Amino acid sequence: MNNDMRSYLESTARERVERLFDAGSFVEFLPPSSRVISPHLGQLDAPVAFDDGVVVGRATLGGQRVFAAAQEGGFMGGAVGEVHGAKLVGLLRRAAADKIPAVVLLLETGGVRLHEANAGLIAVSEVMRAVLDARAAGVAVVTLAGGSNGVFGGMGIVARCTNAILMSEEGRLAMSGPEVIETASGVEEFDSRDRALVWRTTGGKHRYLLGDCQAIVADSVAQFRQAAIETIAACCSRPTAPGLAELEQEHAMLGERIVRFGAMTDPLDIWAALGIEEPAAIPMLDAAQFVAAASAHRLGGR
Amino acid sequence: METLTYRFENGMRALPPQPRVIGVVGSGNLEVLIESTPQGGACTIDIKTAAVGFGATWQAVMQDFHDRWQLMDASIAINDMGATPAVVSLRLDQAVETMLGATP
Amino acid sequence: MDWQTLATALFPRGHSLTELDNFLSGSAQSGEQTIAVVGTTGHAPIGVEIALAQARFVLQTVREHLGENPRRPILMLVDTAGQRLRHRDEMLGINSYMAHLGKCVELARREGHKVIALVYDQALSGGFITSGLMADACYALPDATIRVMGLPAMARITKVPEQRLVELAASNPVFAPGPENYLRMGGVQDIWRGDLAAQLEQALAAAPAGDVRSKLGQQRGGRNFAQRVIEAIMADSDVLAP
Repeated sequence: MNNDMRSYLESTARERVERLFDAGSFVEFLPPSSRVISPHLGQLDAPVAFDDGVVVGRATLGGQRVFAAAQEGGFMGGAVGEVHGAKLVGLLRRAAADKIPAVVLLLETGGVRLHEANAGLIAVSEVMRAVLDARAAGVAVVTLAGGSNGVFGGMGIVARCTNAILMSEEGRLAMSGPEVIETASGVEEFDSRDRALVWRTTGGKHRYLLGDCQAIVADSVAQFRQAAIETIAACCSRPTAPGLAELEQEHAMLGERIVRFGAMTDPLDIWAALGIEEPAAIPMLDAAQFVAAASAHRLGGR
Repeated sequence: METLTYRFENGMRALPPQPRVIGVVGSGNLEVLIESTPQGGACTIDIKTAAVGFGATWQAVMQDFHDRWQLMDASIAINDMGATPAVVSLRLDQAVETMLGATP
Repeated sequence: MDWQTLATALFPRGHSLTELDNFLSGSAQSGEQTIAVVGTTGHAPIGVEIALAQARFVLQTVREHLGENPRRPILMLVDTAGQRLRHRDEMLGINSYMAHLGKCVELARREGHKVIALVYDQALSGGFITSGLMADACYALPDATIRVMGLPAMARITKVPEQRLVELAASNPVFAPGPENYLRMGGVQDIWRGDLAAQLEQALAAAPAGDVRSKLGQQRGGRNFAQRVIEAIMADSDVLAP
């Protein structure tokens, strides 16, 4: 029985996979000994990794068959190149073909791997389609976002194409990173060194309050594991693909978000507008306290 | 990038069949892939490193490693991004210990 | 090419496209069919509003044509400078708006609508990843610019000297911006030259079912690994086919 209180954030991708799924159950597809490395990094004189920065395979979780992928944030920031992306696509397509109930994506990534530019962009797009194809085939796809690099770029979009996202407070989910915005639009637009602002804007708690993630857990493998088990059970008890009604509902929610909050400049203002009594105290609350404080006020969108 | 290869003959300790990988190719770090491979009793180590010109240091670290473990029919492959000799030795030991089932 | 000139070339039998704040929408005649058209112009940065506006159009198209057979095809016209880079868009969750658009396009496809995209001017990564790149097939005009990022910014972030990137961009489809490279890598189905109206009709008739881009990238030699990796995993093999 897993009860691993170790930090999810500080674990490597391989450690997360070993510790989160049922002990000894993980079997890797295209393991490092297959040496399927990036064909593009060499010409930029950049080192390769034997798994191109992502571990994919099958496992059981609470006894249930799942497929799993874990991006290694320590290699190229977890960014997606040709091989890395193809491993994710292959995993998702095979999950659909094999009728696996759920795919668990442990994401930690800056998005497209710039060292592979065009190949990376097309790869992320293929992952996006593969996620939606898998969902249409009855596979629940669940994202875990608790790594220090966050989930950014095109993969921040992919995450919101999955059935559910589970985050820790330390996790971040967004599209463009603060440094990119600061470089493009100036430090007044977004001071990337203001860590509190970065987490207020892109961190787990803010996403949970907006309804963009479905659970906030403390930074422990055991908590992520438990939340994943519960979330998969919930996702598997209903249709896995978003139909017209669900998307129209999401559309209304997103429209209302702009109407209600579009003129605000700080997420604290959004939290106040949601009815949180002490918005400034939110960052200090631990996961359980935060979830309790948020429950009456958070938006319930998917 | 620089590529370095080492081969040590007459190893004595055999490895179980399942390959293992330890470490991450990030700044100051490296990954070590260790496999049991029939090669006449030798232990080979193939290194690709982003830190160029440290051949003598690698030689010393590899010799120490072989003196310590004397692996036979072992194939080790390394992707290195500027790890210090101490970190290299640590990862190599971790790789072997994981292979042999010792508690890290 | 400005969108009005494009529309005249694409729809000689007429169209009702309008533009509002760089958002294009309307319907048009292509051959015997009426098609729905949505997109952007003016190198629009894609922020939450324009992503939502495109999604609204797609959802309305699906809603209005439920039960019809065949469903009304959808053409997405792409001209964008990329995602909008503002704190406000990130605070509101622009990734969610982009994902919503992508899911709406996917819904349209599942409901039986053919979805074709045309990059007629610029397409920068985040600006078209959930529009053009979510279509059944994405096409481009010969003079279109398609890229992930400008080379100076890429050099800054990757720490690879700009000169080296410029050299690589001259010969390597992975780095070079432009439709020819995306064509070779399978990201773009074809480049339209000559009679645009005829090309559009053909594209609508030939829209692939399923994501064929990794196969195309392999066939055309622009991506030699993606398809083989996918196939190895599908076949439970630990080695790639040669």
